[in-house]
Amino acid sequence: MDKARAPGVRAGRLSGEEIARNFTDLHPPLDAHEALVEADRCYFCYDAPCVKACPTEIDIPLFIRQIQTADVVGAGETILQQNIMGGACARVCPTETLCEEACVRNLAEDKPVAIGLLQRHATDRLMEEDRQVFERAAPTGRRIAVVGAGPAGLACAHRLAVHGHEVTVFEARPKSGGLNEYGIAAYKLPDNFAQREVEYILEIGGIEVRHGQRLGHEITLEQLRKDYDGVFLGMGLGSTNSLGVAGESLEGVHDAVDTIAELRQSPDLTGFPIGRRVVVIGGGMTAIDIAVQARRLGADEVTLVYRRGREQMKASRYEQELAQTNGVRIVTWAVPTEVLGDGGRATAVRFDHVVAEDGRLVSTGESFEVAADQVFKAIGQTFVAAGLGEAGLKLDGGRIAVGAGRCTSLPDVWAGGDCIAGGQDLTVAAVEDGKQAAESIHRTLGAAAAA
Amino acid sequence: MVDIRNDFLGIKSPNPFWLASAPPTDRIVNVTRAFKAGWGGVVWKTLGEDPPIVNVNGPRYGAIHGADRRLIGFNNIELISDRTLQENLREIKQVKRDWPDRAVVVSLMVPCEEASWKAVLPLVEETGADGIELNFGCPHGMSERGMGSAVGQVPEYVEMVARWCKQNTRMPVIVKLTPNITDVRFAARAAKRGGADAVSLINTVNSIMGVDLDAMAPSPHTDGKGTHGGYCGPAVKPIALHMVADIARDPETAGLPISAIGGITTWKDAAEFMALGAGNVQVCTAAMTYGFKIVEEMKAGLAHWMESKGYERLEDFIGKAVPNVTDWQFLNLNYVAKARIDQDLCIKCGRCHIVCEDTSHQAITATKNGERWFEVQDDECVGCNLCVSVCPVENCITMEQLTEGVDPRTGRPIDPTYANWTTHPNNPMSKAAE
Ligand SMILES: Cc1cc2nc3c(=O)[nH]c(=O)nc-3n(C[C@H](O)[C@H](O)[C@H](O)COP(=O)(O)OP(=O)(O)OC[C@H]3O[C@@H](n4cnc5c(N)ncnc54)[C@H](O)[C@@H]3O)c2cc1C
Ligand SMILES: Cc1cc2nc3c(=O)[nH]c(=O)nc-3n(C[C@H](O)[C@H](O)[C@H](O)COP(=O)(O)O)c2cc1C
Ligand code: SF4
Ligand code: SF4
Ligand code: SF4
Repeated sequence: MDKARAPGVRAGRLSGEEIARNFTDLHPPLDAHEALVEADRCYFCYDAPCVKACPTEIDIPLFIRQIQTADVVGAGETILQQNIMGGACARVCPTETLCEEACVRNLAEDKPVAIGLLQRHATDRLMEEDRQVFERAAPTGRRIAVVGAGPAGLACAHRLAVHGHEVTVFEARPKSGGLNEYGIAAYKLPDNFAQREVEYILEIGGIEVRHGQRLGHEITLEQLRKDYDGVFLGMGLGSTNSLGVAGESLEGVHDAVDTIAELRQSPDLTGFPIGRRVVVIGGGMTAIDIAVQARRLGADEVTLVYRRGREQMKASRYEQELAQTNGVRIVTWAVPTEVLGDGGRATAVRFDHVVAEDGRLVSTGESFEVAADQVFKAIGQTFVAAGLGEAGLKLDGGRIAVGAGRCTSLPDVWAGGDCIAGGQDLTVAAVEDGKQAAESIHRTLGAAAAA
Repeated sequence: MVDIRNDFLGIKSPNPFWLASAPPTDRIVNVTRAFKAGWGGVVWKTLGEDPPIVNVNGPRYGAIHGADRRLIGFNNIELISDRTLQENLREIKQVKRDWPDRAVVVSLMVPCEEASWKAVLPLVEETGADGIELNFGCPHGMSERGMGSAVGQVPEYVEMVARWCKQNTRMPVIVKLTPNITDVRFAARAAKRGGADAVSLINTVNSIMGVDLDAMAPSPHTDGKGTHGGYCGPAVKPIALHMVADIARDPETAGLPISAIGGITTWKDAAEFMALGAGNVQVCTAAMTYGFKIVEEMKAGLAHWMESKGYERLEDFIGKAVPNVTDWQFLNLNYVAKARIDQDLCIKCGRCHIVCEDTSHQAITATKNGERWFEVQDDECVGCNLCVSVCPVENCITMEQLTEGVDPRTGRPIDPTYANWTTHPNNPMSKAAE
């Protein structure tokens, strides 16, 4: 029987070759000529809107001009000065809702400058040449603890190290990189890019990463505050929301983020099991990512079901279209009411059609079922406060409340990335948080030293 | 570590990028913005005698664009400063006081009489400016009044005014040359004879940008009439490069410091001018096209390139290309090159074929076995570089030297020795080769 159509959850639906093709770069890099032609389209705008739309405020017109003038290394430096994860961001940023959405070229011709691809072109060169942009300041003797080696934690650690401080990063998982390593879609960061970038960032020196150190288990905030001059929390979101419907614990029902983490760590995707019929519940980036990756692993039918309309989906229009061109069916205005099973295994999901009434979703009374060997829940992640509240840390809507410079309610504790309230839940935003927090920590320590 | 600090005639600036005398250096607000942006120095917009000149109130500028509106050539009919001498001098003094580490040179244009120059020089000196530049270059408006290029086109005048200035000031004197002459060396030699410390070039090139075929008038026009203006921007760079090289390698002017101007838009343009002997560069159109911020790209790009080549200071590469600029008669006639088409890169547009077929030497095929196929025939190829120039794919066609065997076009064996026109048998004036 055709392996692709084989029932149930199984590995090897596609050949090694097909898998390799499906999980290579979503957007292949520009070659030198393409980069020049694209760079030529930039107008070198004054007070450029694209820069304002970048959370890290990369000087986009300057770096593109540097590409135009064959100073690709200079372009890379301009990028990393503002965003030490410029390489990852070039690959994972939803540019269609950030810099490229703001590009003035949209107004004239609906076709922005391909800022992300140009950014990748420049940062690739810098990393190829293994050139560091920053030089470490003389050691200050100050020690700072960073919790979490994700984009927020690493960006913070790096900027602190630049200022000459000693940084210890406490990371629960065996690898650094956070969701760059465990979460982002595989075709956005192929070729072990997350680890290569981590290595590049750590080359600055003065940063020690300790793995297997989970705040709330091996370490406590109280102890860190005693042992260090400052603490930065960048733990991301440790838990996920549940559907709260019958059948959720049936075999075959998964948290999308867990499956993606397994997928990202799988050394050989031909051995990765996937269902013939897959249902994804959710409307954000995670939902799109699991749906597309399921298709690329060979799932025959993938249905993404979102409770509201296309406009309300957190995934951008571009990502929705990416899912569709990958053969994902998108169903909107439907909420799950039950996961149906047979012998302990999920076999289908039942949904109610809904409409919005005064902002609330109300069932129309109609329901339908979608057959499924696998069901992926992608309906949002939540912060695990794990005792931080008791330590006196103020939360806001379940995440850490921060003020200017990403300071928390505790004078020597800062926080950034997905774990803070009011964030964008994007890699680039986490990097900016880490950078801002590091500058604030540096200022605070300087002021304390001067006093 | 790369050091891009510049010393031109003892005038020090943190980098070799100066703004040329033009609107970007017209007043204190502009110049302050320029220095904040990081420019190394300015040559102040040309001062003249009071009462100040007036400008037209219609368009002063015209431009030539590429298809995507990239500015390629620029033209202006602006005159010198239209503000009073006092106003300018007061601002210059203030700027120099505010920015002691930057170069501030004052451009001057007064009537061709010693008294006029004698009168203005002490006033400039009093501002604390680092030097003066004599504007013998503007080709429009002022030249009708016997100034600007009307002076620059007569070597005797150039020498005379340079001498007056040298005799009447302790400030370094830079003579700014016009390209609107047959051979720039005569003016440069005259400047040197007059005692000038340096020359700067080029000023703008006489030009009409286009004709408005509805109005039947040159464009841009003022009230239905137009006049010629001065051409500048990327399009004039090759003209300026040639003139700079000519002065750098002329035995009479070799070693005379040069401040290069003309189409400098990127760090690379600057590096090229400096390789041809310029001690620093001045920029006008690029700043007027993109704003002052471009200097960031220029400084970083120059430093990165120097680092990649192992140059630590500007002096390490200034003038390095000068010995390789020569006369046609000294080019090696035994050097034989043939065009090579990389078939993997070729997109089969046929442009190389048709230009060679129609206008050169019928050396590129169009078909092979009935298929489109473009390949160089060595027995016809003269190595002219036309196909390389028109091929849309970078590096698809390259010129390759034949180092051994026979040139299939001439049937003559490749001679590895150097031989030029001066000894060529076809040259009636040929000197017998030793
Ligand atoms: C599936 C998925 C796809 C995504 N795709 C994109 C995308 O394409 N583009 C984009 O811009 N953003 C994307 N995001 C969002 C982006 O990944 C996050 O916004 C970003 O990673 C946040 O960085 P962070 O450093 O705050 O957290 P994380 O990346 O989550 O890093 C937190 C780190 O802290 C560690 N940690 C957690 N708890 C503890 C503890 N108690 N003690 C010690 N260490 C701890 C974790 O192991 C982890 O290494 C995606 C997110 C998901 C889930
Ligand atoms: C609008 C405009 C006004 C100029 N005015 C002067 C001037 O007052 N004095 C002068 O010496 N050169 C003047 N120039 C010439 C420039 O200084 C410079 O020599 C020329 O533009 C070539 O450089 P570029 O290609 O970088 O523009 C002017 C050029 C422009 C475009
Ligand atoms: S908005 Fe677009 S054109 Fe303008 S600077 Fe940014 S990338 Fe360039
Ligand atoms: S550039 Fe400024 S001064 Fe010139 S025409 Fe436009 S608005 Fe007027
Ligand atoms: S011009 Fe270049 S691309 Fe076109 S046919 Fe010739 S070699 Fe090929």
